[in-house]
Formats: sequence, C-alpha cells, structure tokens
Amino acid sequence: MNDNGQAAFLEMRNITKTFPGVRALDGVTFDLHKGEIHALVGENGAGKSTLMKILGGVYAHPQYGGEILIEGAEQKFAGVREAEKAGIAVIFQELSLVKEMSVGENIFLGREPRKFGVIRWDDLYRRARALLDDLHLPLDPHTAIRSLGIGQQQLVEIAKALSHDARILILDEPTAALTDSEVETLFVILNKLRARGVGMIYISHKLNEVFRISDRITVLRDGRTVDTNAVAELSERQVIARMVGREVGDIFPAVDHEHGAVVFEARNISVSDPAVAGKKLVDNVSFSVRAGEVLGIAGLMGAGRSDLLMAIFGAHAGRMSGEIRVAGKIVRITNPAEAIKHGLGFVTEDRKRFGLVLDQTILNNMTLAGLRRISGRFFTSVDAESEAGERAMKDLRVKANSVFTIAGTLSGGNQQKVVLAKWLLTNPRVLFLDEPTRGIDVGAKQEIYAQINKLARTGLAIVLVSSELPEVLGLADRVLVLHQGHMTGEFTRAVATPEKVMACATGQVQRAA
Amino acid sequence: MDNSASEPLIERPPTTSDLVPLPDPEAITSVTTIGKFKIPTDVLRAYTMVFALIAIWIYFHFSTNHIFLEPRNFSNLMRQTAVTGVLAVGMLMVIITGQIDLSVGSVVGLAGGIAAIAQGWLGWGLVPSLASGIGVGLAIGAIQGGLTAYLNIPAFIVTLGGLLAWRGVVLGLSRGETIPLRLQAFKSIGQGYVGPVVGWVIAAVAVAAIVWMTIVRNRARRHYRMGVPSLWLTVGRALVPSLIVVGFIYMMNSYELAPGSNAGVPNPVIIFLAIALAGAFLTQNTTFGRYLYAIGGNPDAARLSGINIRRHVLAVFCIMGALAGVASIIYTARVGSASPDAGQLLELDAIAACVIGGTSLMGGRGTVFGAILGALIMASLDNGMSLKNVEPYMQNIIKGAILVAAVGLDMAGRKRS
Repeated sequence: MNDNGQAAFLEMRNITKTFPGVRALDGVTFDLHKGEIHALVGENGAGKSTLMKILGGVYAHPQYGGEILIEGAEQKFAGVREAEKAGIAVIFQELSLVKEMSVGENIFLGREPRKFGVIRWDDLYRRARALLDDLHLPLDPHTAIRSLGIGQQQLVEIAKALSHDARILILDEPTAALTDSEVETLFVILNKLRARGVGMIYISHKLNEVFRISDRITVLRDGRTVDTNAVAELSERQVIARMVGREVGDIFPAVDHEHGAVVFEARNISVSDPAVAGKKLVDNVSFSVRAGEVLGIAGLMGAGRSDLLMAIFGAHAGRMSGEIRVAGKIVRITNPAEAIKHGLGFVTEDRKRFGLVLDQTILNNMTLAGLRRISGRFFTSVDAESEAGERAMKDLRVKANSVFTIAGTLSGGNQQKVVLAKWLLTNPRVLFLDEPTRGIDVGAKQEIYAQINKLARTGLAIVLVSSELPEVLGLADRVLVLHQGHMTGEFTRAVATPEKVMACATGQVQRAA
Repeated sequence: MDNSASEPLIERPPTTSDLVPLPDPEAITSVTTIGKFKIPTDVLRAYTMVFALIAIWIYFHFSTNHIFLEPRNFSNLMRQTAVTGVLAVGMLMVIITGQIDLSVGSVVGLAGGIAAIAQGWLGWGLVPSLASGIGVGLAIGAIQGGLTAYLNIPAFIVTLGGLLAWRGVVLGLSRGETIPLRLQAFKSIGQGYVGPVVGWVIAAVAVAAIVWMTIVRNRARRHYRMGVPSLWLTVGRALVPSLIVVGFIYMMNSYELAPGSNAGVPNPVIIFLAIALAGAFLTQNTTFGRYLYAIGGNPDAARLSGINIRRHVLAVFCIMGALAGVASIIYTARVGSASPDAGQLLELDAIAACVIGGTSLMGGRGTVFGAILGALIMASLDNGMSLKNVEPYMQNIIKGAILVAAVGLDMAGRKRS
C-alpha cells in the first residue's frame, strides 16, 4: 500500500538473503508503482545488487526469504527467464550485447522471427526499426554494435528490454559510462517510458541524477531498508547521511597544499589513434606538476584524458610525440617498467581490467608493481612482502580479514585502496590517478580523498583525472580542461567554477584562462 | 567515442584470458562445508586428487594380484612418470602464463633423435650428445616463444604448426630409421639407479628440510598473528611428508634386481624430482614465478605494473623447450633407442596432467604439486591397465573419459558451492 492507499504494482516484502557467513539482506521491503522511477541508493555492499538479482530471478525462488508480488499475485521465479516473462528486465552495468552483431540482431537475439526455422530478416529489421523509432533513437538497426558508443549501446539494451514488453525496468548504474549529452538522451527516454506507465528501479551513486530523475528514493544500508521517501521530502545531505549512517561533514576539506619544485613536466604531448590513421587522440598538450601539488584534469569522456596518461606511462598502443621531464631531466619512457623506474605511479581507471589480478591475494596485488623493490631482484620474500602489505593495509584502512584475502572478493572501494597501495609501494614521486573513485561508495570515496590530501602533504605530485566535477574542484589546486584531445582551459582553484570548467570541457570556450 | 571503453589501449601478445571474461570471484573463494569443517574448495580439490590417486593405487593393487604396489612395479611406475612429469612441470608454467604448447611430443621425438644421431652416426661423446638434444629443445622453445611473444601469433597455432613440423624434421633426419644407443652411460640415464645409500642420504636431507620448513612457517605465522596451528597439527604436518619420503625411498630400495642386490631410486626419478623441486621453487619463491601468475591472471594489469610480458612468454617457452629436451633424453635412454615416432601424444599427457592437477587452462592458476599428482595419476592408469592386460584401444578410451570426468566433476563442484 502506498501513500494514496493504492496497491503498488510491484511489492517486495521482508526479503532476506544469506550467503555463507553473511546476511546480505535482512527483511528488506520495497515497492514500485506503474509509471514511477524509484531510486535505490546505498553504499557498495548495502545489498542493492542482491535485491535486484532476486527480483531478476538470478537467485531463484527458494534461495531467499520473503515474498515478491506483482499486482498482488505472489511470484516465485525459478530463473531469469520466468522473471523476464513476468515483465522484469534488468539493464546491467556490464552490457550484455553481442558486439559482432547488428542492433536488430541483438534486440531479437534468441527470439528471431522465424518461418519453418528460417530467420525472416526483413521482418526482424522492420520490427527493430519500429521499436527504435518509437523511442526516437536515430539508429540504423543494421549498424554493428561494436561501432556504437557505450551510451548508444545502453539505449539499444533498453530497446531490447522493451521488445520483451518489460513493465519493470531495472537500471543498474546506467550513466556510469555516459557523457553528459548521452545522459540527457537517456533521461528523455526514461521520462517517456514513465509517461507510458513503465515502472523503473534506478540504481546509482550519482545523487544529483537520482534527484533529477526519480520520484521516490529508498536508501539501503547493511542489508536493511533505512527509509523510503518522495524526492521532494529529501535533500542530498540527508540521503548521504542515511547511506553512511552518520552525518557527513564537508566531503572536501579545504586543504591548501604547499608546493615544492616542479617534479614532472610534459611538453607538447600528442598521441595518435592506433585504429584510425591520421587521427589524434591527444593534440599538443603540455602541463607540469610540483611536489605536493594536486593537478586536476577535467573533461568529458572521449576528451583524451586516459589516453594522455596511458601514453605518458608508456602503455598506449598509439604513437606518442612530445617531451617528458622528471625532476628537470628529459626521460624517454617506452613501457610501464621505465615509467616506474623514473618514479611514476599510475592508478588506472577500470581497476578490474587494468588494476588487479582478481583471483590473487591482496598481498600479491599490492606488491606486484614494486615486487623487486620490496623483495629483492630474483627471490620473493614472504616476510618482507607481508610486512609491506600489512603496513599498507593499515595505512589505507583496507577492510579485509588478512592480506591473504582474494582481491576479487573485496568491495569496489577496498579494491581501489589495494590498487593505490600497489603504486605507493613502488615509492613514486608522481602519481597519476585516473577516475580513482568511480563506482565506489561514499564512505570509501571520502577515505580516498583524505588519502590524496595526505599524500600531497608528504610531497607527492599528483595528477587527478575525474569525470566528477566536484571531485576535481574539491581536491585539485589547479585544473586543466581537455576537449577532444585539445587543452581548452586551465584554472587555479580560486577561480575555477563548475560552469567555467564545463564550458571548456564541452568546447564552448577555447583557451579560457 | 572514448577509446578506453572498448578497445585495448595496450599492445601486447595475446593470452588465453583475452578469450574469456574476467574470473568470477565468487567461484574463487568458494568454501565447501563438510560436517563442521569449512574447507576452501581449492584445498579440497588438492586432497581429492591425493585420495583419487590412493584409490587408483589400491584398486589396481588388489585387482592385479598384489603386483601393482610391489617394489618392482612401483619402481617401474615412478620411472614411467618421470617423462610425463618433467614435461608437466614445463607445461604448467606455460599454461599459468596463459599459453599452451602442443608441440612437446614432437620436440621429444626430434630432440631424442638428434641426441641419438649425435652419439651414433656422428660418434660424439656423452656430454655433447646430451647437450645437442637439450639444446635442440631449447632452440625450438626460443623459436616458438619468439613467434608467440613478438609476432603475436597465438601459441595454439604456433605449436600446432610445431607439432607437425618437428615430427617431419625427425622423420627426415632419421630417414625413418630407429637409431640404437651405443653409449652405455647414455642408456643408464634412463635405466640405472642411484643405489640404496644415496637414497637414504636423500631421505635424510629431505626430512631435515621438511622439519626446518615447518618451523620457519610456524614462526612466520606467529609473527603475522595468523594463528599458530596446534602442536599436533604441526607435528602432523612435518610427520606425514617425512613418512612419505622415507616410505618412498624404502620402497625404491627394497626392489631387488638380483637376490641381495637392491636397486635404489631410478635415475629418471631423481632427475624428475630435481626438476619438480626447481619448478616449485621457481613458481612459488621467485619474482619470475610471481610474474607468470600475474600475466596469466590479468595480462593488462601485469603490463601496467611494469612486467615485460613478451620476455616472460619467451622465457617460459624456452624453459618448456629445454625440459622437453631433458624428457627426450630420459625417454630415449629408457627405451635404448630413438625411433622417429617417439613421444607421440606426450603433449596431451602433459596437458592432461596439469589439468587433472587443478591448473586452469585460462591461466593464472595451478601448482607444480598438482601437475605432479596429475602426472602420477596418468602414469598409474597406464601402468595399471597394462598390468591388467586392458587392450590399448580401451586404455585410450578410459584415459580420455577420466580426463573429461575429472574436469567435469570439478566444474560441477564449483557450481554447487
């Protein structure tokens, strides 16, 4: 029953789920109306994904406690298929499209219109086009998925879900990989679906988006429902306080770092696109960082920020030109080993792909980059490694049973701390951080911020790339803005405002100062 | 369009993990509950394999009129394990790195043939002949590793080509003839024994090492506050391996070649154990070994951590090649001659040994201990079925079925937990 006394379309009552040794969900209650966007927020590990996996049929009926009702009728999904049949569609963070196939093929994958077992391609593409037109998506159903951007792929996923006649759409961090304009497109479509009566569950860490798009917000903490409220009754501060279970002070303590000499300098860096001849991913970018300084690099996705760092680190497949100086001396870096030797550290984005060996221990991951420094050139030393690992674990407050816990089992925030520890154990002079807080919860974010400030105080030069403007503006002493491979702006902390940075990032302003 | 979202930013040779999604952490930490004990599934698997081996031994022993575990046959069994075992140690490192080597059977044939040609047709002495065999293996490893690591040709293709080509080379060089070994010293590498006294010396050293390592491990655990096992557990941990070593040497020594003349440990077994120990040390206690696991586990993370993937892939194939050379020497010496079709299908035995021993073909996981267990299981099946006069065609069917069943059971076990 909701506030109007009207029965909810979907009700999840008293949902409980235990894994060996852990109670992931403890009596969670959640409901959803037709034509509503209901946001589900909470720190990582709060139980959001588990709850959605139960709703999506991933954990089949007797594996959890409590009941699920759709239009008052109890549902006992034996698997994903049954949940789909009941009109539930999940759009996961990791997209599940076949890259080599076309948009149309993907939409009807497994349900191709057939006659005598032969696929009727004309019918398939006609129906796919109708579906895309209906959503006002300017896409050709014949286009191969691999040639689409992440944002467009996401929209194809949604079209696919709707082709199943989905009445409940679950969106798990749908904007994590989207540019701002793609987010706008997505929101237009979500609003359209809302008007049509589709109920949507919106999971996101980005509270500003949650507040923009959703009607109600439910906060989960430690497997329990904290509360459900209409958006109008809440403020971002309140939601954050409920998520972490405490009032959060200022997320970005104003810290002025003391700066030393210039330790790192990149001049006229250009990086060519290995896939497209003649195209430059980074075009003539120069910057420098002082000891103890945090330099922020802002920009939208595709601006070339990651390419810039990867190239400097000797890990980019494209050709790089330009000059790099460490502590005033020109150095040539052709591979990551040389970069490490010159005192560079690089916390890459996408920690699962580039940062961690997921099925190895925390310790093995922490010592991977600095192994020879810690252990000795040829032989590993359990003693020396454990000592370094234990210390790093304590310093960075990694929450795990021991240094021998498998890295893949940690939460995102703790994984990120392990990656950070890995680079600190190489004893760097310059640390590159590429999206260091992506996909991690508010509490862990704050801890990472505190670490960044602490490291800067010890004299480390830090280059911080982030898509979250408040993060860049809150941490960096100086902000550099990239747009399509060009540097379009540079600001000191005192004069940087979100509006100015965004104007440069979107290319509206060239070379603002 | 952001590059980093879809295309790899890093240039490096392909490994198996490019073909498969990232591992599922839930599968990694799975714990199996038996009674009140919670045992990590990985550990449980290792014990399962040990019990499977013991079960196989007991079965064969009682179904062959108590011949199987007699000193004579046991000694033979160990000698047979040596060739597969040496190859399995090399194969393990290749597979951990996320690669595969299908050519080792042909390399054994070619390297053995060349060593035999050197001592027979060319009249070289013992050491140059042995060196020529091992050198050929090493060179082939370098070629195949180079093609894989530096030209980015998948190892599966490179070594599939090698499987055909090297067999062709040995057929051509030997003109299809079987070349007998003329040097007695060469033959004794495969047929001789070290003698009972040496065996007991080895046992004494091994027991001392086991006791010392147990003490060191406990001290380390205490230092890192990981909980020190009880005295009984500690004693057990030192006692069980020690008993196995002593029992093993006793068994080997009690094989009588003639009344009153005891054999001792066969030479191939000594070579195999030395290589296994070196392999275990290399994979567990060196930076090189750690890097192999990292490369197989996540090549992109490994490269960004400053590891030179190409050089390590090349090195691993060189080691594999050299070990195939060593295996070819043992094989040729045991048979007493080199035939051009020697070593056929050995690559499959070596891969099967690794897989049965719990090595992941996706790279990043596996131990020398497991590979040795796997080799023992494969050799025990061969030996036992031959003793029971199982027809060769049937032996193949049974071995094939057991390989698939072993991995199938393993996967089923993982899914359940």
